Amino acid sequence: MTFPDDLKYTKEHEWCRIKGNRAVVGITDHAQNQLGDIVYVELPEVGDSVKKGESFGVVESTKAVSELFSPVSGKVVEVNDPLSDAPETINEDAYEEGWMIQVEFGDAKETDELMDAAAYKKFLEEETE
Amino acid sequence: MAQRTPLYDVHVRAGARIVEFAGWQMPVQYEGILAEHGAVRERVGLFDVSHMGEVVFRGPKAFEALQRLFTNDLGRCADGQAQYGCLCREEGGIVDDVVVYRRAVDDLLVCVNAANRQKDYDWLQGHAFGADVANESDAWSQLALQGPRAAEVLQKLTSVRLSSIGTYRFTNGEVAGLTCLIARTGYTGEDGFELFSASEQAPKLWTALMDAGRAAGIQPCGLGARDSLRLEMAYRLYGSDMDDTTTPLEAGLSWVVKLDKGEFMGRQAMQKQKEAGLSKKLVGFTLTEPGIPRHSHAVLQEGKPVGAVTSGTKSPSLGTSIGLAYVPPGLAAEGSTFAVDIRGRAAAAKVVKTPFYAKKK
Repeated sequence: MTFPDDLKYTKEHEWCRIKGNRAVVGITDHAQNQLGDIVYVELPEVGDSVKKGESFGVVESTKAVSELFSPVSGKVVEVNDPLSDAPETINEDAYEEGWMIQVEFGDAKETDELMDAAAYKKFLEEETE
Repeated sequence: MAQRTPLYDVHVRAGARIVEFAGWQMPVQYEGILAEHGAVRERVGLFDVSHMGEVVFRGPKAFEALQRLFTNDLGRCADGQAQYGCLCREEGGIVDDVVVYRRAVDDLLVCVNAANRQKDYDWLQGHAFGADVANESDAWSQLALQGPRAAEVLQKLTSVRLSSIGTYRFTNGEVAGLTCLIARTGYTGEDGFELFSASEQAPKLWTALMDAGRAAGIQPCGLGARDSLRLEMAYRLYGSDMDDTTTPLEAGLSWVVKLDKGEFMGRQAMQKQKEAGLSKKLVGFTLTEPGIPRHSHAVLQEGKPVGAVTSGTKSPSLGTSIGLAYVPPGLAAEGSTFAVDIRGRAAAAKVVKTPFYAKKK
């Protein structure tokens, strides 16, 4: 499993890539692996507001439903629409093609609270113990 | 502490993901549910279903006793034949759905659901009608070899002529030198076999089947694929689609309830229910809008809850969202429409004929 160094991570297993005041958001390699074959995603629409720590959508595997939690607060400015027809992309490429939404956030301090790759890896180790 | 089948270590070594199911640590998937599902539909898959229980009726009263406890008619089941049906309470509620393997008139093996092993044994033992009832669940392992190439794979390991075993028939024979009850039964909708053997033989039998199936592309399969395969066939799952509070008539299993076969547990209650009319019925449906229905989602008619989804998934074979739900009789006819409440959103659904999936010829 890989956890790119240029990303920030949440305890709910989302990642985000910060570019200025934009955050690209997806779920981690660990999350997609735990879920198994992803067969459905439900994402917000452009213009919707999301709040840090609150649900912005769901991913579903054959067996299970899992909520998606936003790493930052702000407005959705882009949605990865092709995922609705090809949700398996999230399994195949969680960090690039499998991105979910882009959020324009107001409070940069929110991103400071997120984990870096090393901290997330440590968190995973503790979680599986 | 959850129980383990004799194959637990084999599963772990093969990289299976283990989950707890009905008090058992079972593999939910190896390769992935979709890959495993596809392997069974296209080629052949191997399942460890040793968590299922076996209760055996023996003695001069065995046949008569089980007839009193079983909704289907064992009088129409010959020696060497298997029959599906329900065990019901006096009030008609389903204790379990089971397959009876009639080895002889005085020797009938009842295959019961894992979660109900003890409950069923207690129930059957408590209403034995003079038969000898034995809980042999721990002594038996059970492997299911399922898929269009199952017979070809199994034939490599046995001198029993498999073409002579019809659907829902079985025989005793050796597989890879191990004594088995070889049954042409399953829970996937594909051709295939279920092999009952002594518990301690399971690892040997598993390895022999995996080796024999290599050229055919055999895939070890977990409970995830078992569930999606059965749901595409609209096979009921006890505990999800029915329980002690539902009758076989409500669960859409009237085809295994033989009200005219003579007296049996639950007959009078179901006779009355049939005459009075059902208040709910289990139907198969597909969603005509995006979403995946799941157990306990509400069925809505004009915005009001009138029923509940009992099973649902996105069908790996069909690509559509399918499910089973209890609905009022007025919504049970094919083509009826209702909505499913998916996390607060009403998704349109339509009642369809089941099975959802038709086996490839």
